[in-house]
Order: sequence, then C-alpha cells, then structure tokens
Amino acid sequence: MTEYFQDYITVGAFIGLGAVLVLAMLGVASLLRPSNPTKAKYLTYECGVDPVGDGWAQSHVRYYIFGLLFVIFDVEAVFIFPWAIKLEELGMFGLVEMVVFIAILTVGLVYAIRKGVLKWE
Amino acid sequence: MESLLENFWIVLVLKLLTVALLVPVAGLIIGYAELKISAHMQARVGPYFAGGRYGWAQLIADGVKFFQKEDIIPAEADRPVFKYAPILVLISAVSLFVVIPFGPGDALVVRNLDLGIFFALAISSVGTIGVLMAGWSSANKYSLIGGLRAAGQLIAYELPMVLSVIGVVILAETMSLNGIVEAQIEWGMPFVIPQAVAFVVFFIAALAEMSRIPFDMPIAESELTTGYLTEYTGFRFLFFFLGEFANMFTFAAIAATLFLGGYAPAGAEVFGITIPGLTGPIWLSLKIGVLVFVMIWTRWTWPRLREDQLQTFAWKWLVPIGLANIVVTAVMKVLF
Repeated sequence: MTEYFQDYITVGAFIGLGAVLVLAMLGVASLLRPSNPTKAKYLTYECGVDPVGDGWAQSHVRYYIFGLLFVIFDVEAVFIFPWAIKLEELGMFGLVEMVVFIAILTVGLVYAIRKGVLKWE
Repeated sequence: MESLLENFWIVLVLKLLTVALLVPVAGLIIGYAELKISAHMQARVGPYFAGGRYGWAQLIADGVKFFQKEDIIPAEADRPVFKYAPILVLISAVSLFVVIPFGPGDALVVRNLDLGIFFALAISSVGTIGVLMAGWSSANKYSLIGGLRAAGQLIAYELPMVLSVIGVVILAETMSLNGIVEAQIEWGMPFVIPQAVAFVVFFIAALAEMSRIPFDMPIAESELTTGYLTEYTGFRFLFFFLGEFANMFTFAAIAATLFLGGYAPAGAEVFGITIPGLTGPIWLSLKIGVLVFVMIWTRWTWPRLREDQLQTFAWKWLVPIGLANIVVTAVMKVLF
C-alpha cells in the first residue's frame, strides 16, 4: 500500500472516530438515562412563553451576501497557496502576477463595502 | 516488537486510541482551567468541594450528571438533522488532531500530510456546518438567529485566518506542519518574529472561530438564551462543549506550531541545541498552555462585540491586513 492511500485511510479513520465517539457515548448514556415524555417537555423553548408562529422565521438576506463574499475570497485563497510554496522559484514574475491578482480582489472588497454590505440598519 | 510498530494498521489503531483518550482529557483539563482561572479573575474561589481538594473532580461530576439526563428532541425539530449535528462538530474537532506534530519524525504525529495546514483549515470549517445544522433544525427562533450568526461569523473570520497562514507558508515553502517547524529551526527563530502581524490576526480569528468572548454573538446568553444550543440537552449538549474545548486545544496547538516553533524548545533554535525527540510533547504542551491561558484571560477581560461591529472588524480590518501581510511577505521574500 502506498503512502498516498495511507494518508487517505488515516484521515478517513479519524473522521470515523469522531462519529463513533458520539454514537458510543450516546449509546451508553441511553442505558442509564430516564425517559419520561410529557407533552410540555417537547415544546419549543422560548423562555416559558408558548411559541407563536413558525420556528423557521424569515432571516436577514445579509447572511446570504456574506456567504457569497466568502466564497469569492476563499477560492482566491486556494489559488494563493500553491503560489506561496513556489514563490522562490517563480521570482519577480510570480510576485507581480499575484500582486495584480490581489489588487483586483481588493477592488472587489472595496466595492462591496462601498455598496453598504456592512451597514446594518 | 519493532516490526509490529512498522505495521501501518497497528500504528493507526494505536494513534486512534491515543487521540480518543486525548480529546476528553484535554477537554477536562481546559474546562477545569477555565472554571478556576475565571473564578480567580473575578475574586471567587470556583469549584471547591468535588473530589476533596480544589474541586478537581468538578467536570467529571458534571459528566456523570450529563449521563443521567433525558435526551429531549423538541416535537417541532427536524429530527435527523438535530440528532446528527453534534457528530459533525466532534468530527471536525477530532480530525484536527491528525496533522498536529508533537515531536520530530513520523512517530509523534498522527500523519504528516503534505497538505497539513490546508487540511486543518478545511476540516475546521466542517464544524461550522454542524453549528448551522443545530441552529436550523431546532425550529426555535433563538436557535435560528444563533445559527445564522455563527455561520456569518465563522465564514467572516475563516478568511483572515487563511490569509494569515499564507504568510507562514511563504516563509516555510511547505504546508506540512512538520515541515513548518523544521523551517523555523532552520531559520533560527520562531515565525512569530517575522510574522508578528499574521500571528495577531490568526489568534483573533481563532478566538472568533471558537465563538469565544469577545466574539460570542452566536451564543450570547443574555439575548439569545445560548443561541443554537438552546434546545439541546444532556449528552448532545455536552458534545458541543467537548468540541469547543478540544478546539481550544487544537487551535492553540496549530498557532504554537505555525508561529511559536511547535515542538522545538523555546530558544533552542537560537542556541543551536539539538532537540531530544521525546521532550517535544512537553514543549508543545507548555506553549499550548500559555495560549489557552491567554484565550481564557481574553474571555474574562473584554465585553461582547455587537454583530455589525464584529462583521466590520473582519471585513474592513482583518482581511485587508491579511492581504497586505501576504504582499509584504512576498516582496521581502523575493527581494532578499
């Protein structure tokens, strides 16, 4: 088995470990814990007041815009990583290219801020 | 015996068991430290009676108590999503341990991935999905607001964190965490000196990623009744806390590895001392201890930021500073 697959198997095993830890502890706890269902216990908790309306209320569209901004910049970061490792070899050419790339994205960030994405009213 | 320890599967099982033990132990120690330090910072005594002396067994008693708590899933909730949200949080916390090097070589790191730090950043954002799932599935308005705030905050601070790491990667020319520590030994100084700005940005972003004060808007008790945690009881509730404490440990470990020389003893690089392999974990633990103490200290020193201040701080300050840091680091690297 090559190193390559061992990397994946290790990561997979640890992801599995996270799930197994939770399920095992919940399993043990289910043997010990009481179960005494009453109707009031399963009501949505809203500080003692009976809930009014749907739990899935409308939420602010702003969070969606933050999501979009994030995707743009996160993809940018993925592009920067390989460049960062090979910077020594790429030299001046790579440096100028990346400065141009970052400058364009900064313009995008400035545009979003000027458009009022961060203003809360 | 030698050949047994070269077998991939046996080593894998041993490492799995070690981490499975390390996560709750790290959680207990950090949790106890948090209780005691916060108490003394407020001129209280803190836990005192459990276990006889200094209340050392307080968190174990809490754990036993959680075992006996009824598992309540609200009638309105989206059951499968509600049930499995804590699993994602813990998967992210446990998987982060894969890349943390506790010493030189392959023995004291679970797996020296070439993508090391990149993997850590990716897997740490899986927890965000768990938090968003918890907030959404509870069918409670407090939880929904808390979950959305958490998602908005975690993605806003993910960026400065990633950007600050790039500065270190430029210097080290590798993403493997072992490689980054070796690069610091080779440089003769921890990267906190040439990358001081990146370290500050990383640490602030890490605090925000863990939703700790002053960035605890998602679980603000006084206004959201602990946000996405509102509907959780018993063990499922406990997993979110275990995840938080484990994340404190792993984020401190990653910060120590990237910026403070990791398993290399402090100052050893300067004096040219060769590092004895087995003292690695001790040095790393000391550095983690210091960073965790600063996190707890911060928590009991500053008030909570308002939601818009929090977003403005990330997008208007930390992201541009992170980008500027990359450009400056790259220019220095190419020119000198």
